[in-house]
Amino acid sequence: MPFASPSEFVKTNVIAVQDYSVLCARAIAALFSPPLYLGDIFSQMDAIGFGSLPITILAGFFTGCVLALQSATSLQQFGAISMTGRLVSLSMMKELGPVLTGLMVSGRNASGMASELGSMKVTEQIDAMRALGVDPIRKLVLPRVSATVFMLFFLTILSDAVGVAGGGLVSVFMLGLNGTSYFHSTYRALVYGDVVQGMMKPIFFGFIISTVGCYFGMSTKGGTQGVGKATTQGVGVSSGVMLVVDFLISRLTIGIFGR
Amino acid sequence: MADEQQQRQDGPVLELKDVSITFDRDKVLNGVSFVVQPGETRVLLGPAGGGKSVLMKLVNGLIKPDTGSIKVFGQEITTMTEAQLFEMRRRVGMVFQESALFDSMNVEDNVAYRLNEEGTATEEAHKRVQEALDFVELGKAITKFPAELSGGMRRRVSIARAIITKPDLILYDSPTGGLDPITSTTIVQLVVKQRDVSHTTALMITHRLQDAFVLATHRFDTDKNEMQPIPDHGVDENTKFLVLNGGKIVFDGSTLELTHSEDPWLKSYLS
Repeated sequence: MPFASPSEFVKTNVIAVQDYSVLCARAIAALFSPPLYLGDIFSQMDAIGFGSLPITILAGFFTGCVLALQSATSLQQFGAISMTGRLVSLSMMKELGPVLTGLMVSGRNASGMASELGSMKVTEQIDAMRALGVDPIRKLVLPRVSATVFMLFFLTILSDAVGVAGGGLVSVFMLGLNGTSYFHSTYRALVYGDVVQGMMKPIFFGFIISTVGCYFGMSTKGGTQGVGKATTQGVGVSSGVMLVVDFLISRLTIGIFGR
Repeated sequence: MADEQQQRQDGPVLELKDVSITFDRDKVLNGVSFVVQPGETRVLLGPAGGGKSVLMKLVNGLIKPDTGSIKVFGQEITTMTEAQLFEMRRRVGMVFQESALFDSMNVEDNVAYRLNEEGTATEEAHKRVQEALDFVELGKAITKFPAELSGGMRRRVSIARAIITKPDLILYDSPTGGLDPITSTTIVQLVVKQRDVSHTTALMITHRLQDAFVLATHRFDTDKNEMQPIPDHGVDENTKFLVLNGGKIVFDGSTLELTHSEDPWLKSYLS
């Protein structure tokens, strides 16, 4: 395989970032002008939101369980086992809930978006849609982006809740902690800044997952092999960008709220 | 509106001037210029990879040229926004090389796609879909999905989708490509029928010379509902040819001019 020249490599990536930015801008602009395909938005909400519910709940619940189990062992050494609830709720709410839910949704839906739109692209269905007077950004991209942003927010809340519940079950039935004390400490641990941080992340993550998945789908080239490549890239890039943005949001909110 | 009507009747439907486009440093089209008059059927011939499909997409504004001017219905489309292009495309029907039917929709929804987008009443849309499907003799396939159709049937559905809004210009991108000779003749018959019954201006790409000459030497007999050879070896005057090779136009003229051309490359291509 020949090596690409550095200038070609830079040009290709700069153009990709430019195309991605244009796609994002057009998707956002389409939200504020008719026609809005509400039927497609609800259909995507069903596929992305309710479709991801089992895996999200499963991941959230067992993460909470493991978190309680692992942290209790360490906290016990300092005689602070009663802090288990506090640790579980802060970890779930600020970091693990949003990130794990994002990764689950990315693996399930960024790949789905990239492969679905990619297949449409290579079979000229996207061009046919444009030739029939319909804007594919409005018809295909906007419903996926709006549905992912909206549903990831609620999926994250659910994941946080079942995570805390899972931690509670482990704490009560396996570690012998007092249930009331556990849930009281989880509640008392959280302050406004933590909730804002935890609720802000899924909005950004949802946007990244859906726009990156759609971008790779819409820019697919080269038949079925291209569709496979777009799918892999969609998941890989969206997960990577999501983790970078996670760090930036954490740093920003720590700067603002001091924790 | 009056100007638009005037434009429909008077000026050329399609006018390309010095159009060039490059992909990955390969000049796919190089200084292409030609004009298509109202009612004309222009057949685009040439070897594979000569830029024919790219030219078709340029004409419908699906891609933009690097240089040159493209006027459709008298309007410059190279400087249009996507929203303006959607307006222009309302008057253009396009049949894609591989049909490009929406595989998650049945035949009725595919054919009615544009009508549904325009908010046409369900009953009216159904009636017009049935008419369009009857035109392509596929009325019974209305509930089927694209995966259940043969290649030829998919092309016919694609033609029905293109003609349902009675466009002023139809673009056929290799409608007979990859089909057997009998099915190809059925598709060419539909193109001839559309040309002679609706008198719609058309641009058609084909790799099959025999299809191109059938188009030029036949007319549609509405009484017998079939395609007939034009008597006395006549040719249809509204059917003209354009031959592309290596991104350049090597021939632009009538059927007789093409068959009597002394150009060595053209003679070898036609033989």
